[in-house]
Amino acid sequence: MNIFEQQAANRRMTAMIIAVFVAFFLFIGLGFDYFYLNFNPMGATQLGMNADGYYEARAPGAGTSIPFGTIIALLVGLGMSMNSLINGPGMVLRSTMARRAVSSNEKEHQFLNIVAEMSTASGLPAPAAYVVPDSDLNAFATGTKPENSVIAVTEGLLGTLNREELQAVVAHEMSHIRNYDMRLMTVTAALMGAIALLSDYAGRSMRYGRRGLSPGSSSSRGSSRKGGGAAALIIFAVWILLVILAPLISRLLAMAISRQREFLADASAAELTRNPLSLVSALEKIRRAVMPTNAINNGVAHMCIADPRGSLIEEKMGFAADLLATHPPMEKRILALKVMAYQAGKPQV
Amino acid sequence: MIVLAIVLLLLGGWLVMTFNGLIKLRNQVANAFRQIDVQLKRRHDLIPNLVESVRGEMKFEKETLERVIQARAAAVSAGQGGNTGDILAKEGMLTQALGRLIALSENYPNLKANESVKKLMEELTHTENQISFSRQFYNDVVTKFNTDQQVFPTNLFSAMLGFTPSALWELPADSPERENVKVNLTI
Repeated sequence: MNIFEQQAANRRMTAMIIAVFVAFFLFIGLGFDYFYLNFNPMGATQLGMNADGYYEARAPGAGTSIPFGTIIALLVGLGMSMNSLINGPGMVLRSTMARRAVSSNEKEHQFLNIVAEMSTASGLPAPAAYVVPDSDLNAFATGTKPENSVIAVTEGLLGTLNREELQAVVAHEMSHIRNYDMRLMTVTAALMGAIALLSDYAGRSMRYGRRGLSPGSSSSRGSSRKGGGAAALIIFAVWILLVILAPLISRLLAMAISRQREFLADASAAELTRNPLSLVSALEKIRRAVMPTNAINNGVAHMCIADPRGSLIEEKMGFAADLLATHPPMEKRILALKVMAYQAGKPQV
Repeated sequence: MIVLAIVLLLLGGWLVMTFNGLIKLRNQVANAFRQIDVQLKRRHDLIPNLVESVRGEMKFEKETLERVIQARAAAVSAGQGGNTGDILAKEGMLTQALGRLIALSENYPNLKANESVKKLMEELTHTENQISFSRQFYNDVVTKFNTDQQVFPTNLFSAMLGFTPSALWELPADSPERENVKVNLTI
């Protein structure tokens, strides 16, 4: 696949995972509303037997046609992640003790020049350039929109990479900004938070037995739902299972999105510099210097060039590694870039 | 009647959106072209300084230096003339002359150790990169602009609305920039 095909494939994959994520959230959320809060979209048609033995529409208010649980959980999740979206960039820079790159230093001057070059190549305003005082090799980008975004690199990275490799790394970070990955990961975090909230609440309710375990057993409903009993029970069992597994599943989905965005940023970086091989050699160097980047905490792991935890999981190609890492294995990233370089080198027929 | 009105309304809305999208792209193309211009000017300003600071050390490369100076003068005058084809050719020659100068300067350890020359070389690399990236961006935007005009059904209206495809920034077939930089290392 060439650069543009890889980008398109990554975008499609992200959209698919997001769709699965939203569906999963809706299943958990609406299930919660249905089983716990008496949510019923067709509440108006529900009939109940009144005291005289006649069926009549149930009194309004007994069942609600608005999924309060889902909405409230989503709002709380959004609220929590909006906070990190708004205050995130400043907090990250403070916590990493990053300082602005100065042009009096030769290497930092070059870094500033490269950031300007990448802003020209991408047609976006130049992000602020920061330097993190850490001897490990890493870089990250942050910011909600291109106008107020930041690219930061460690001192170790400035000292180790040559101009072309540094350019490739900056291009990778620039691509994170161009692809609005910060916003995407905020949405993901909001969904994750909402799911965690729902599953936590459902778990507690279950333990203390606020509601019976079987669906439709609420006294006001019982008689009108005879036919669906078995099916509802199965759905309820599946739902309970998913609620228990929800934190794990939502984390897996979020990591899958993060990895897709890394591939996409690699491909976009290759598009900006038209030189996939310089990113390959930069990644090789970063990989050889594998050790945790202490200055960078986990909050911005998905915006870094390589996992700052330097976890060994990163280096193992395997099922578990594929599922739990924020970044794809280096081998896979390098392979994808080499394929791009090969495609670009082929004469166009 | 109502159906006809709705269809006409939808068609009108689509036309407005297409037109506005194309206008936006056309302005982007113009802006991207300006950016190349800015970078070319920057290069012209940088060269005299560079030549002055390496002249003492590279006195055996008089010919190369002369060629850079001449190419710059030609490029500046072409820029004032404003003929795009002329600018392309002259800037191409300048790029080639500078490439030779940079390659030759690698042979002079004293130059490489010199702080101010090092700084100038970084600036020159930076400017060369800026030029090629702004060209690349210009070509990307032009490609998008042209594609948006040529796809169906926009192609039925684009000429009517007064849009014409923009030209890509290409090197002429006989441009000296297409040749590889040849450096004679036997001294």
